[in-house]
Amino acid sequence: MSLKKIHDNQPDKFEFTKANLELAGKILKKYPSDQKKSAVMPLLYLAQNQNENWIPLAAMKYIGKLLSMPYINVYEIATFYSMYNLAPVGKYFIQVCTTSPCALRGANKLVDICKEKISKNQNELSQNKLCSWTEVECLGACINAPMMQVNEDYYEDLDETNTKKILNSFLEDNPLKPGSYRNRKNSSPEKNQILTNGHKNA
Amino acid sequence: MLKEENKIFKNLYNEQGWELENALNRDDWLDTKKIIEKGRDWIINEIKASELRGRGGAGFSTGLKWSFAPKKVGSRPHYLVINADESEPGTCKDRDILRFEPQKLIEGCLIASYAVNAKVCYVYIRGEYLNEGKRLQKAIDEAYSKNLIGKNACNSGWDLDIYIHYGAGAYICGEETALLESLEGNRGQPRLKPPFPALVGLYGCPTIVNNVETIAVVPTILRRGAKWFASMGRPKNTGTKIFCISGNVNTPCNVEEEMGIPLKELIEKHGGGVIGGWKNLQAVIPGGSSMPMVPKDICETLKMDFDSLVEVKSGLGTAGVVVINKDEDIIKCMARIARFYKHESCGQCTPCREGAGWMWRILERTAKGEATHKDINLLSDVTKQIEGHTICAFGEGSAWPVQGLLRHFRKEIDNRCFSEPIVKKKRKIPYLIDQHKLESKDA
Repeated sequence: MSLKKIHDNQPDKFEFTKANLELAGKILKKYPSDQKKSAVMPLLYLAQNQNENWIPLAAMKYIGKLLSMPYINVYEIATFYSMYNLAPVGKYFIQVCTTSPCALRGANKLVDICKEKISKNQNELSQNKLCSWTEVECLGACINAPMMQVNEDYYEDLDETNTKKILNSFLEDNPLKPGSYRNRKNSSPEKNQILTNGHKNA
Repeated sequence: MLKEENKIFKNLYNEQGWELENALNRDDWLDTKKIIEKGRDWIINEIKASELRGRGGAGFSTGLKWSFAPKKVGSRPHYLVINADESEPGTCKDRDILRFEPQKLIEGCLIASYAVNAKVCYVYIRGEYLNEGKRLQKAIDEAYSKNLIGKNACNSGWDLDIYIHYGAGAYICGEETALLESLEGNRGQPRLKPPFPALVGLYGCPTIVNNVETIAVVPTILRRGAKWFASMGRPKNTGTKIFCISGNVNTPCNVEEEMGIPLKELIEKHGGGVIGGWKNLQAVIPGGSSMPMVPKDICETLKMDFDSLVEVKSGLGTAGVVVINKDEDIIKCMARIARFYKHESCGQCTPCREGAGWMWRILERTAKGEATHKDINLLSDVTKQIEGHTICAFGEGSAWPVQGLLRHFRKEIDNRCFSEPIVKKKRKIPYLIDQHKLESKDA
């Protein structure tokens, strides 16, 4: 579960950069002109991206003003949804899916490896401050289980050895490629690989 | 087994490329103009005749849903919203459609928008699918550049704009009214129904909400005819469906198959068989974690369609088949699913908010062998108190799997429980638990 506690050290000020302000303008155009409030979720994402993957209170106040909505409404959105981080996370934010379909295929081993390699507890920075990890609920890649999401990318079909390799690569700030780690093509069944290439029945 | 020619999603594994030119080779966007020229009533009647049922879990007739939208646009505009907030454990079909068959979805959006009089379409994608969303955006841009959507789309005289909106990790936003709340910039908490979204939906305007797969099959149905679609499967359970086979199988995969395919065939042929052989099968969750599990003896003859599964007190749901073999602890597995629901309850209705945690704690105790027989009766009671007493179907979704466990595995549970001792030890169970502290210790 992501941290829903407000961080102690809050920056005083937050403002969108010029580029992000332009993006915000584009986002606002998606919604009817009298429904600015709809843009609150995309703008929170923008703020999170700009501020090293977490949202400070100042950003919520800023967005509230931008969309002319009360600060508390922005706050309740930021705390309701689990993907908004309200406290700093690592540069590489590792999310391990542990819901049943992944758990059946050994997601708990990944959690143990994270505990060993990164930090004892969830949402703590690793010693070199680069990574942090957390358990999350279903990420929607059940057929590629066990899997984890690092920032935006999915690392799929993992086992203990390659999880260790992947985590090491993040700790060394030299990330490996995302995707399947059993060389399988997306979501196809592995044994039928040759058959499907010949466009026969999968 | 489904013939190759009858497959709708020919690029499910991205063997042919997802780009527009490749999609055109697969007959996407073929004669879309002609389909639209046949008119709204024809489209809706054809979809009704094909007996297409929503692929998002509830299985409601799509044609019927479209016909609920007001026939003429009044003072309020109409909206089409595509539900791509796929978060049901065991389900990952929409992800592959977004990644590899985006043009099918976009074409479906155009036809559906025309049928329900909508000029703006929002695609609500779960936040975790950021890369899939980027892919869809690229596909949308390609479609705009070829004037397949936008002003006078496909020269049909209809204007359509498609926008992507990302969710942020809330399972409940898969419920259609919660999704609309989220899209409006509120917390994703379901609304009371009626009024239904078809009359009062997004921004108070008539809105049709459909699943990704439902919309993506529409163009093919209209091109090849309702009769062709209805010829597969059996009456009221027609057509093809993408099944996601995960869990303890040798080759987990997504596969498109005919509705009503025997579960055994699905697992043996496509899933590569249960790990340890069919004999080693313990139970199957047939339609995503919200549907009650079915034990092995029912699995032998079970057919995978809406009505057959209802007959065995389960449901097809999203067709996410999770296979559990005998090496796994079924109670532990269920406890994990209960934890999922405890985590994802939006907190609006008390029975669900409190009950989901309650079920999780009892199941967790049962798995460890610390529960009494009395606890299990309590568990059974809690599931019945949640079911039917909440605003949305989340209540049922969290209670049904536990009921399924109690129905089929009562023996295993009872073996692990002990009777209440006559002289009770004082146990320190805090009456009001600070959820945050509980989480940091256990979860």
